[in-house]
Amino acid sequence: MKNDLLFDFNVDKAAKTVYITREFNAPQALIWDAFTKAELLDQWSAPAPMRAKTKYMDFKIGGRRFYAMVAPDGQEGWAVQEYTSITPKTNFKMYSTFADKDENRVLPGSEWDHNFSEEKGRTKVSITIFNESLERMEKMIEMGFAEAYTMMLNGLETLLNHTEK
Amino acid sequence: MKMKPDIFQAIADPTRRAILTLIAIQALTPNVMAEKFDMTRQAVSKHIKVLQECDLIKPQPSGREIYYHFNAQKMQEFDHWLAQFRQNWETQFNQLDKLLSTIKEQKK
Repeated sequence: MKNDLLFDFNVDKAAKTVYITREFNAPQALIWDAFTKAELLDQWSAPAPMRAKTKYMDFKIGGRRFYAMVAPDGQEGWAVQEYTSITPKTNFKMYSTFADKDENRVLPGSEWDHNFSEEKGRTKVSITIFNESLERMEKMIEMGFAEAYTMMLNGLETLLNHTEK
Repeated sequence: MKMKPDIFQAIADPTRRAILTLIAIQALTPNVMAEKFDMTRQAVSKHIKVLQECDLIKPQPSGREIYYHFNAQKMQEFDHWLAQFRQNWETQFNQLDKLLSTIKEQKK
């Protein structure tokens, strides 16, 4: 999809940090919901043909989201996000770890910081992801990526247009 | 997933980054590296070990000396892998765009 919405992706390898910025053509309150409500997160936060499946989500400080990335073959990769800081509509931080299907976390994880700001009806989301190790980061990428990349090569546009109907 | 030496750790160290920069231009022996960085052979060996473990450099014996080459392919693999991660996010965000339009339509 071609659009003029800002998308920035930077990696500081030495600092083991990824910086992502994206603009959305929607008000801040709606974007906040898209990032903090399970029923919305499940609709976009896994790159197709993977899908996200939230088992439960308790969006408060110290609360968790326990969810899976489900591959087309049904294989599930579970993860736990624990919310460490929440400033409604503008910022939330979480500690994300992989887990088994019984919610036993696999440490170390990564620290995520989300910032939201609105200007002229557009909302900018800035995400910082700090990983403690390369293996962790590699797995993070592997988990959602492999299937999606293949699909993208095969014509992501076709897929998305089809899904829309 | 197979365990790999941590490339992040390898390049997080300023001396190792300097070594990589240097041998990217020209293959060097540990002795020359020690000279250039004013380090002991032991210190250089330690850095070489880390860099070699994650395939960032490759040894090539030449006579009685070992020259270390920069393995550009490894760095490319790493960049490729990050590019994939970027693509992953782009896909997700495009999905969110579509979801947002759907929500807006419903509200009308």
